[in-house]
Amino acid sequence: MVFMQGFLDEQFNQLEELQDESSPNFVEEVVDLFFKDSSRLLTNIEQAIDKYPQDFYRLDSLVHQFKGSGSSIGALRVKNECSVFKAHCNDRSLEGCRRSFQKIKREHATLKQKLESYFQLLRQVGPREYAVCSRK
Amino acid sequence: MDATAFPYGLRVLVVDDDPTWLKILEKMLRKCSYEVTTCGLATVALDILREKKSKFDIVISDVNMPDMDGFKLLEHIGLEMDLPVIMMSIDGETSRVMKGVQHGACDYLLKPVRMKELRNIWQHVYRKKMHEVKEIEGHDSCDDLQILRNGFEGLDEKSLFMISDSDTMRKRKDVDRDHVDQESSDGTTVKKARVVWSVDLHQKFVNAVNQIGFDKVGPKKILDLMNIPGLTRENVASHLQKYRLYLSRLQKQNEERILGTAGQDFSHKGTSENLNLRSSFQEQPSNIANGYPHASQNIQTQSNMLDSQLEDTKSTVPLSVPDKKRSLVSDAADSQNVTSASTLGGVLSFRGMPVNQERKPSETMILECHAWSGGMPSKQFMQYPKHNHERCDLLGDYSCLPKPDLEHPVAPGNLYAPPPLISMSCSMEGDGRDFPDVKPALVDCTKSLSPALTCTVDSVSVRLSDSVVTSTDGDLKFSSVDGLSSIKDCCFDQTNSQGTLRPSQEPSIIGCTELASLPEDLPGYPLQGVSFESIPLSAFDFSHYNDTTMIQSGLQNNWYDDDDLEFSSEMTDYPLIDGRLFA
Repeated sequence: MVFMQGFLDEQFNQLEELQDESSPNFVEEVVDLFFKDSSRLLTNIEQAIDKYPQDFYRLDSLVHQFKGSGSSIGALRVKNECSVFKAHCNDRSLEGCRRSFQKIKREHATLKQKLESYFQLLRQVGPREYAVCSRK
Repeated sequence: MDATAFPYGLRVLVVDDDPTWLKILEKMLRKCSYEVTTCGLATVALDILREKKSKFDIVISDVNMPDMDGFKLLEHIGLEMDLPVIMMSIDGETSRVMKGVQHGACDYLLKPVRMKELRNIWQHVYRKKMHEVKEIEGHDSCDDLQILRNGFEGLDEKSLFMISDSDTMRKRKDVDRDHVDQESSDGTTVKKARVVWSVDLHQKFVNAVNQIGFDKVGPKKILDLMNIPGLTRENVASHLQKYRLYLSRLQKQNEERILGTAGQDFSHKGTSENLNLRSSFQEQPSNIANGYPHASQNIQTQSNMLDSQLEDTKSTVPLSVPDKKRSLVSDAADSQNVTSASTLGGVLSFRGMPVNQERKPSETMILECHAWSGGMPSKQFMQYPKHNHERCDLLGDYSCLPKPDLEHPVAPGNLYAPPPLISMSCSMEGDGRDFPDVKPALVDCTKSLSPALTCTVDSVSVRLSDSVVTSTDGDLKFSSVDGLSSIKDCCFDQTNSQGTLRPSQEPSIIGCTELASLPEDLPGYPLQGVSFESIPLSAFDFSHYNDTTMIQSGLQNNWYDDDDLEFSSEMTDYPLIDGRLFA
């Protein structure tokens, strides 16, 4: 999975290892679930950022939630940017938060695209090749 | 008996608001051959657990959840069900981990959680059970146990075997109890009975403590006064310990609320005139009330009784907290009146009172009660404040432990080991605070027992003592099993409206683990690399910890040696000042 390098960490491998006959589409299901839920979380964050007066504690909490979610599929870049965001919350820098948030959104979208392509590729290639493919 | 047999089918309840993680954890645990029930809401999880305590062996819960703080859930579970609880979080900061330990978590996993970590969780279950066995062995009146016993066949042999296998996880006291182990392996298998702390039992407990007086109360004395056959001192000890956690937490919430409302009176239905709240925070030298302007306010609360008007809100009526220890005894009578006079054995809770961050506030006894207008059984549990320096509990459930400050020397014998197991008989309806919306809340509770049987509880209203759990969703209906509706016992096919497709499980000895065993666990627990054994007390910067008192008490336990006690794991509330134990 060379083209996913840097975007996903070891956790994604773990997910793939969990996939078996009883849940043959496990990874894709998890990924779908993640993007569905994380989009909702992003909206929450976006709304919270625009609130006045700014509640950094709450903002931090929302991003923390989002970060936790990202860790479930190994969304490395997203996670890292969340950490940056949290640092801005800590510094009470709204501008920093805004910038960081834009990055998070971008990373999130990019990851989504890449994973969609990835699963598409897998479907084309077939199950046996998948086993080979997934070993980075 | 194959002592090394893996505990297949260990029944795990997973609580996490993140659906992605919930799915992953479920899969992981399944792969470990465990039996998994998932839950997306803490409130729902509590319902499930209350419904059928004996149906689960262990609980894994996330720390950050929207409807209830993970630590609070942890407390509840420890207090009511006494199941081992593992906390999870993406945040591995030491203070958080510490807090988890304080609250009784038997482990703290960092997300992303690995399979191997999950595979090992059975150890916590066995360890706890072993601990109970040892307690039974060491207790004089174990012959008197007449309480209903849950059998766990072959457990003792197995668990004893486990002791030798898991050296690293050995509790410190294990060394002392080696001889006990030998005996129990030779002798008859002792099966631990589960003590259920009913309202009555609890009331007796409170009365006993009041009668004895805070200064002199000790587990043995309480036990003697209560005169309940089969009740052990250990039962009493751990009960107290957990109460303290509750109380302090409630107090913290109350204080927060007080601060938040800038000294507004609580107005409870029908009781507002009687409330006179002044928050009382002792400013401890070692604790810095970070940014809390009201650090030296005084909470004087007057006891009040909740009446049935309070069905929808958890009314918080703080009890009057005397400043001096001495006056406590005299106040005990009052509090007794309070508690007994209430129609439901009623309880006052300190909800919504703000608390300074250090959580070292006045000790106030907090009893929580829900009076349901519908005549449902009330929910009661005692809350004990964290032991504070100059204050003692009014309706003291525990003795005033020696104060951390130098004026009060440690009084040996004041340590107690009350193991309370409260049976929370509670109707979830209208429980305003903790269970804001039980019905829709259960949406997230999914339980898949096998690929073919997936049960999604969309909406269930839970009634404890009742045997019916009705679902507002037509698809699901729980039929009662053994007189108790059990979410877990019923497997649902989406097409079935009810059914027990799976045989009920044998009751397991989750058993009378009296203690949260926090301190005891400390040394042996390598929580994510944090090994407490080697960390000197001075290494902790207590002033930064929110739960200083609890940390301190947990750690202090290592130093305190009371002959009267049977376990070293009792939590002693000896808040440290400047890192020093006692004068």
